[in-house]
Amino acid sequence: MITTTRGTSIMLDDFLIRAGLAGIGLSLATGPLGAFVLWRRMAYFGDATAHAAILGVALALATDLPVPLGTLVVALSMAVTVASLAAKGWAVDTTLGVLSHGALALGLVAISFVHGVHTSLESYLFGDILAVTPADLATIWGGAMAVLALLIWRWQALLTATLSADLARADGIDPDRERLILTLALALVVAVALKVVGALLIAAMLVIPAAAARALARGPEGMAALASALGAVACLLGLGLSLWQDTPAGPSMVAAATGIFALAALFGRLRRA
Amino acid sequence: MLLQAQNISVRLDGVEVLSDVSIGVEAGEIVTVLGPNGSGKSTLLRAVLGMLPLSSGQVRRADGLRLGYVPQKLAIDPSLRMTVRRFLSLPRRVSDAEAAQVLARVGMEAAGHRQIAALSGGQLQRVMLARALLGHPGLLVLDEPTQGLDQPGEAAFYTLIAEVRRDTGAGVLMVSHDLHVVMAASDRVICLNHHICCEGTPRVVSAAPEYRALFGLGTQGALALYQHRHDHSHDGTADHGAQGHDHHDHDHAGHIHHAG
Repeated sequence: MITTTRGTSIMLDDFLIRAGLAGIGLSLATGPLGAFVLWRRMAYFGDATAHAAILGVALALATDLPVPLGTLVVALSMAVTVASLAAKGWAVDTTLGVLSHGALALGLVAISFVHGVHTSLESYLFGDILAVTPADLATIWGGAMAVLALLIWRWQALLTATLSADLARADGIDPDRERLILTLALALVVAVALKVVGALLIAAMLVIPAAAARALARGPEGMAALASALGAVACLLGLGLSLWQDTPAGPSMVAAATGIFALAALFGRLRRA
Repeated sequence: MLLQAQNISVRLDGVEVLSDVSIGVEAGEIVTVLGPNGSGKSTLLRAVLGMLPLSSGQVRRADGLRLGYVPQKLAIDPSLRMTVRRFLSLPRRVSDAEAAQVLARVGMEAAGHRQIAALSGGQLQRVMLARALLGHPGLLVLDEPTQGLDQPGEAAFYTLIAEVRRDTGAGVLMVSHDLHVVMAASDRVICLNHHICCEGTPRVVSAAPEYRALFGLGTQGALALYQHRHDHSHDGTADHGAQGHDHHDHDHAGHIHHAG
């Protein structure tokens, strides 16, 4: 399906470049954020926030607001709700299970009320990276750079609070504030990643590249940077797989990331043996 | 006074863990809080550090007091790989020269490149102490620093604390449940079981009936050893009240019951 005329070839190149750039931009944010998700065991928290994004899509479509804004608002409310319930001593596992799946189901029901969306529901669940527009690209890079800047700015405090909340408090760092910053970063990533991998697989793009980097890195900064690099490679590989075999792009990228994780884990084990 | 807690009470989940506790630490003084498990020792440290809300009372710190805190343990997730050198640069980045100097101070010269997760308990305590020292603290606060160490390891750690106090003039507030080694290393001992049972110099406290009631049962052997080694020249309990510690007049048999 690649070229019949010169014109379609250029068009193909354009959307491919945009798709590649979208994946790389997202990976710059998911690398370091994914590292924190692993270090702080927030994987299910990420899932709940991402699932809530579907509800955000429904609300945005119903009110004619931009979809990234709707997802950002709902993802942020979900993240803050879960974080504050956890702080009050609710059973986090149960809370996340109820909220995560409840938000997903509610979102799917709500979206069915919005006319003409049935056909594109799949793109919200699994992403539609091949349809990224220049405006989408600007949103993705803007959001990703904001997250990256936020994490770099708070890096030392975030890392201290992750090691030990008490240690952070003794050093004059408020661990609750740092957790809120991560919560905000997570909501932003969910909002911009929806177009790339879709609500169901955002958490995978946070966890899997970081887990792969963990096997190879010696320090926190190395792990964060490597997670970004491996995430970008996974995006490009998945994109290639999608074009070559006509597979869905989002799941292909996650599959590629999983392959990279397996190789990294094997390599890490061999090196340590 | 570097730090002074006045009549503080702390409730956790509706249970009064500390009631009406007053403690103070002077510059250059080593104060140890002793008590059985669950007696509120760690809660007391966390309360005076401002990590827990007080239900009553107040804590005052000297102006500009810098704290160095050494927690009981570091529940570090195995996915967070970090060298000792990197750990020392949290939250403030320090130069390699500073890091090397402070590691030498705690006897961990060669550990900079090692992973935090791979350290033994005693090594981790020394590294956490090194990190606390980098902030040039006026008051060091240590929560059960020798938990899990053998007796020579304990003694070596307390010697190190005494050296740090001598070299920097910092006050030290620590918590422990061991008896003899820590007693010998302290200027003042506070015996805690939700409230202050007795307080004073190690010699005074070890002779106090409240202390014996609190520790006498399960630790006869260790206590006897301590008494034998340190107390035979004891000049009675006349200075028992002279140290200004609280002498409660209620029945102390009740404590054992609570603590058990």
